[in-house]
Amino acid sequence: MILQARSLSVRYPGAPAPALMDVDLELREGELVVVGGPNGCGKTTLLRALLGLVALERGEVAFQGVPLPAWRRRELARLVGLVPQREETPFSWRVEEMVGFGRYARRGPLSPMGAEDHGAIERALERCDLTGFRGRRVETLSGGEWQRVRIARALAQEPKLLFLDEPTVSLDLGHEMALFELVSRLVGDGLSALIVTHHLNLAARFGGRMLLLAEGRAVASGPPAEVMEAERLSRVFRWPVTIVSLPDGTPQIVPLRDYP
Amino acid sequence: MKTIVWLLVAALAAVAAGLAIGATAISPAEIGGALLDPDSPHAPIVRQIRLPRVALAFLVGGGLGVAGAVLQALVRNPLADPYLLGISGGAGLAAVLAMALGLAGPVAVPAAAFAGALLAVLLVYRLSTVAGRPLDPRVLVLAGVVVSTFTGALMTAVLTLSAAETLRNAFLWLLGGFSAASWPAVAVFLGYAAVPLVLLIGSSRTLDLLSLGEEPAQSLGLDAPRARRLVYLSASLLTAASVAVSGVVGFVGLIAPHAMRWLLGPVHRRLLPAVFLASGSFLVLADAAARSVVRPVELPVGVVTALVGVPLFAVLLHRSLR
Repeated sequence: MILQARSLSVRYPGAPAPALMDVDLELREGELVVVGGPNGCGKTTLLRALLGLVALERGEVAFQGVPLPAWRRRELARLVGLVPQREETPFSWRVEEMVGFGRYARRGPLSPMGAEDHGAIERALERCDLTGFRGRRVETLSGGEWQRVRIARALAQEPKLLFLDEPTVSLDLGHEMALFELVSRLVGDGLSALIVTHHLNLAARFGGRMLLLAEGRAVASGPPAEVMEAERLSRVFRWPVTIVSLPDGTPQIVPLRDYP
Repeated sequence: MKTIVWLLVAALAAVAAGLAIGATAISPAEIGGALLDPDSPHAPIVRQIRLPRVALAFLVGGGLGVAGAVLQALVRNPLADPYLLGISGGAGLAAVLAMALGLAGPVAVPAAAFAGALLAVLLVYRLSTVAGRPLDPRVLVLAGVVVSTFTGALMTAVLTLSAAETLRNAFLWLLGGFSAASWPAVAVFLGYAAVPLVLLIGSSRTLDLLSLGEEPAQSLGLDAPRARRLVYLSASLLTAASVAVSGVVGFVGLIAPHAMRWLLGPVHRRLLPAVFLASGSFLVLADAAARSVVRPVELPVGVVTALVGVPLFAVLLHRSLR
């Protein structure tokens, strides 16, 4: 078990209701898990809680059986890579430099880049189809290219587990598919991945397992076919939906017109 | 690499110009003579007056430049500068207070300046963070201006209430300048600034990561809260040391970092040494201009740096809002 989280609860200071309430999550090596739910359901808070970026009110997290507080940032960064939801940088980095930041946790604080570092950067650029972009300034990239750069940076960390927070926000249909295909290939090669998204249709086609959150609580968890029930999703998204099946049996949500 | 060599050459040229320009013009050959031979006719002027002045201006300029570059990475805003963020104002106020209370000397004034710089930093930071929301860099600059204005008002009050002698000294010092430069002042500056300067240049990779923001930095393996504290403290100490020996000189932390980032890119390992050299050269030249353009009157060097820095700031602000 690469990741185990039990009864995670988070309450932001001054907030009346907890942002996360008694959420359990387990992730095995090489597994893809999708965390879905409407806006503000606690998806991003869950990721932040798992990485210790927000204080827990209750609950515990363990990576590879070792409790989170025992991990130092540098050690954790060798196991888990994160692609945060939003990221803006005020400076004009080159793609190669940005991806190279993934090596921070693997290098000494003052040692120069070694052959291993260059190798990892090269593999990450290749995996994300970025070899032609290494000299480009990041502010000249399109949304899809910028997402790929950030995934490449996480891959340069050579992690066993990848967290992606709403990776397809503001991407069009083609880039969305390309991104999920990329993550799916990485999982095929042995990486574990946790994707946070409200894009359940896409998730259903790629996700091995789905965790549905609403108002900070886990509503359902399991294979997409079990989790994606019309009545449950209507309740969670506060809008009537119906479920249709693709020819291969994958469930897809269709929101209905005219709220009754 | 090539750029660094050019910057070294430029720095030497700036130093030579700083030594040559003054009430008595001294030729480069005579400067060389004075530096090598303590008995040459110009030796006293060059060795006891101009050389410490040029050295201090160079070190303070380099320090303020590095402090500016580092703060820009830290608050993720290319408009940051120790002066604009209120750090210089806080240091200045505390130093003036120390003088008004009759505490002078190489320990009390810099220590007071550092305490004032830290308080100002905390106040600015507190003003610009609203519970839980990510820090908006533009709000930070605004908060810096608020704190600067406030410290300015308090400084005026303290000066008004001080004895005439204190008033004159503090006022002259406050305007910023190197006319009182001496070897002991250089030693005081280095005593306070050497450690933070080395620490910051050694933290280049940390600064790269900090400039990406909290979440990316942490997930890449940096203990961001700890790193941020260390960098903020170092930049404040560096600024306080500069203020203690040369008063409040603004905008030096803005000019060279921008020019160097444009030339060399944002990677701090290349950027910071270049900023130190360029910023040091800039302040030496600004000081040379301050004491020669309206001779025999000597302009405060802060006037010269503001004349260059304010238009640059206006252009940058305009571009950032677009």
